[in-house]
Amino acid sequence: MLKTRIIPCLDVKEGRVVKGVRFEGLRDAGDPVEAAKVYDAAGADELCFLDITASREARGTLLDIVSRTAEACFMPLTVGGGVRSVEDVRALLLAGADKVAINTAAVKDPDLVARAAEKFGAQCIVVAIDAKCVSGPGEPAAWEIFTHGGRDPTGIDAVAFARLVAGKGAGELLVTSMDKDGTRSGYDLGLTRAISDAVNVPVIASGGVGGLDDLVAGVAQGGASAVLAASIFHFGQASVAEAKAHMAAAGLAMRLDGPASSARAPL
Amino acid sequence: MSSETVAIIDYGSGNLHSAAKAFERAARESGRDARIRLTADPEVVAAADRVVLPGVGAYADCRRGLDAVPGLVEAMTHAAHAAGRPLLGICVGMQLLATRGLEYTTTPGLGWIPGDVGLIRPSDPALKIPHMGWNTLRAARNHALLAGIPTGDDGLHAYFVHSYALTPEHPEDVVAVAEYGGPVTALVARDNVAGTQFHPEKSQTLGLALIANFLNWRP
Repeated sequence: MLKTRIIPCLDVKEGRVVKGVRFEGLRDAGDPVEAAKVYDAAGADELCFLDITASREARGTLLDIVSRTAEACFMPLTVGGGVRSVEDVRALLLAGADKVAINTAAVKDPDLVARAAEKFGAQCIVVAIDAKCVSGPGEPAAWEIFTHGGRDPTGIDAVAFARLVAGKGAGELLVTSMDKDGTRSGYDLGLTRAISDAVNVPVIASGGVGGLDDLVAGVAQGGASAVLAASIFHFGQASVAEAKAHMAAAGLAMRLDGPASSARAPL
Repeated sequence: MSSETVAIIDYGSGNLHSAAKAFERAARESGRDARIRLTADPEVVAAADRVVLPGVGAYADCRRGLDAVPGLVEAMTHAAHAAGRPLLGICVGMQLLATRGLEYTTTPGLGWIPGDVGLIRPSDPALKIPHMGWNTLRAARNHALLAGIPTGDDGLHAYFVHSYALTPEHPEDVVAVAEYGGPVTALVARDNVAGTQFHPEKSQTLGLALIANFLNWRP
């Protein structure tokens, strides 16, 4: 039976983890490779790096991090941020990413998704959708795609866009609520459910996790195949093992045989 | 025991350092003296004691990549058939062992494990495609590659990420399946040629055990 995945996500800027990761025994809280090793040992089902470096010049730094992570970790790795072309996808895959997430470039040119999927296979092309709720009280729920960290509206309906890119060959959708991101008040379950119901590819719920019940809700109510979280893992609120145990107790099918599922990596 | 050479074929289908590291670690942990080589050199492949054919990407693109290296398919054929060396295909590398792939277009495979590679069609329409994530295996028969690996619902997990799967012409070529709205071929073997749909190099405990079994395999 296929299991629900837990995916810790590291925001990386100029080769460093943004805000750092607080683990016991971690020598360098800002080194993404060190953090990746800890999550590998802690039984995370996948890992995600989102690069938020503004400059193109720093691209080599990201590729170096991906390459060193792939050599040190035997876990699947998704990398996104600043991916603009088939060549960018290729460079990340060759560096050792298992999946590559395309965000703004897919909004500007949905055919990029088709070109990348035809070249590398749909299974490694993730489209990252950042959306905000734009419907008023009493109106049917609606979400719009926003780019540039939630600043720029696009006028594009998020659910329609999800259908479009899934049809173009995206193998997975990473759905982030820009309303919820950073609020620790839970996923936007309406958004997650609306997109999960609209497409036949796996959906990763993202944005807003404040506690372990939020992870359960992302799957049970949001219909997600995987749940992504950052700060609850990075800052020691919960370990991956605790999150898995909590989700399993709620009736979700989880992989409990990770390499060190009993290890409490985070403080 | 003299050192064996394991050739992991590098034909530009993705980063293979992770695979090479996993093979090195499995060799070390199982006490085997194996030299792991990432190579596209037909002479190295033809002379290797064991051959690994990885593959990430679209079927047709991977096939083009193999054919783009002069003499590579011939070298693999020599190793697998004339010399009878153990060969392991991984993911699309496993699918390339089939007669043909039906992803985007019909592409001829190597034909060593007769069958077609077609889109997965789960009986439950709510199940998503790709089949992506961690799944357990159900053994269809005993095989050296599964030795000591717990299978079944309470067994270890393997990491899958694929939309297409191999349906062998000869059911006895199936060694293990994963359940995903019906059986999905996970591990195949025919004589000295085997393949995994999942990624052993990403499958942690199960993966390292399977790689160690491959390094010990005497078909």
